[in-house]
Amino acid sequence: MNLSRARIGERLIEAFIFLSGWSAIFGMAAITLFLLREAAPVVPRIDWHEFFTSTRWIPAPARGNEPHYGALALIVGTLTTTLVAMLVAVPTGLAAAVYISEFAGRRAREFFKVTIELLAAVPSVVWGFIGLMLVGPVVSEVTGAPLGTNLLTGGLVLGLMSAPVIVSIAEDALRAVPDSYREAALALGASRWELVHRVLFPAARNGLLAACLLGLGRAVGETMAVLLATGHANQIPHSLVDPVRTLTAAIAAELGEAPRGGDHYRALFVLGVVLLVFTFALNLAAELVVKGVRRRGRS
Amino acid sequence: MTAHLECRKLSVSYGGVRALDEVSFEVPRRSICAIVGPANSGKSSLLKCLNRTIDFVDTAKVTGEVLLDGTAVSKLRDVLGLRRRVGMVFPLPVGLPMSVYDNVAYAPRSRGVRAKAELDVIVERALRQAMLWDEVKDRLALLGTRLSGGQQQRLTLARALSMEPEVLCLDEFSIAIDPVTTMRIEEVLHELKRTTTIILATNLVQQARRLADQVVFLNAAKLVEVGDVVSMFERPRVMLTSRYLGGAIG
Repeated sequence: MNLSRARIGERLIEAFIFLSGWSAIFGMAAITLFLLREAAPVVPRIDWHEFFTSTRWIPAPARGNEPHYGALALIVGTLTTTLVAMLVAVPTGLAAAVYISEFAGRRAREFFKVTIELLAAVPSVVWGFIGLMLVGPVVSEVTGAPLGTNLLTGGLVLGLMSAPVIVSIAEDALRAVPDSYREAALALGASRWELVHRVLFPAARNGLLAACLLGLGRAVGETMAVLLATGHANQIPHSLVDPVRTLTAAIAAELGEAPRGGDHYRALFVLGVVLLVFTFALNLAAELVVKGVRRRGRS
Repeated sequence: MTAHLECRKLSVSYGGVRALDEVSFEVPRRSICAIVGPANSGKSSLLKCLNRTIDFVDTAKVTGEVLLDGTAVSKLRDVLGLRRRVGMVFPLPVGLPMSVYDNVAYAPRSRGVRAKAELDVIVERALRQAMLWDEVKDRLALLGTRLSGGQQQRLTLARALSMEPEVLCLDEFSIAIDPVTTMRIEEVLHELKRTTTIILATNLVQQARRLADQVVFLNAAKLVEVGDVVSMFERPRVMLTSRYLGGAIG
């Protein structure tokens, strides 16, 4: 009796674990299907050449006019803000990770780790606010740009948001390098800096790359902060201080005013699919890189 | 004749725990000195003091002196230079995550050697000295970590030799390798003795007997006895020495 009850309990737990595991797959599939289903009806009406080469994004034209679905500016907006973000986040993130892992004392290390995890948990709308109220005015002051909300401000804020992710994972990757490597290199008369760039970076290369890719993923998908900080202008930027608009910001801003089921609404889902393909490609790349780490670790 | 290397009342403690207690001895130039003793007797701590890699252990406190050519190593400004003069081979083989060639060229490059031709010469010489050249000469671009354990240990040795150190320290170098490789490295050391002072920490008593000119016996952080190899093995003054070296304990 007792035995069978224990058995039933075990079965239930097994079933729960099984379902939890598969729910991730199911959820992902459902999201993809939902996006595709919502986007599909408008697909035949989109001129794909225009979509990828034109900046005329007029999904809800005045009565009597044809709509235009040129998403080039949005795609470029996402790519450029992400690029600026990575130019900020990758060097500072890696440098901070090196400092925390190799140079900081034990106390300082704990302190930094906690602080950085806190930083990673700051809500994105707060970051957006910081971009709008703090970074923007400074950027405008320094560069003389008429508006504080632009590509540079958005990129800086995104960079600040991605950096904690990069620091945290890169630090783990550096810590995972066996101490024997450090001992060996230092015993050969290497300086601390030589140790870092000639031994630790190559040894942790894959982990560091994965850290950067995850930071990149965060930057690409971020919505709230860029909505507030990039200036929201549908154009291809010609300078760092031109306002831009990203895919995510366009979706967030326009979805509320697009009638459900209409072409505009569906076109926004097409943007969502583009974004999903972007992030999927990034995650796949990160996954392949991490797999590379494991395989090498085994041999 | 002054000693090449001298320890003077050298003590090491880790967070208050004594690992080495007022150890004093001298090592003549171009000789092999074996430091023997059971685990935790202080052998590794002693070696780490010689090239000041002990500096990296946060909790370690060192008192007393190590003199290299009569100069206290604690007074040396150029610690990196000291580590090139006093080479170190660790117990477990460590191929750094770079090619075989780059492993051996690492230290010369740090020292500022850039010319490929010059590096080629150094790499080949060090690998030949470590008796690894014939096995790896056709695959110098292979990742060092891909070599077998015994090969990696000889790679570690080649790396230490690439700096042409005047003192070479080996910490239990044979712990992770097979007897054949061990014997080959022992031959290498015998050969090296003509130019280099060698300090060999080992808990293989017979290895000490085969190789050493001088034996330092440590037990429980203290120096028990020091003497030339013949008198240590045949006429030890201390009972504990004769029991340990005779294989009765340890």
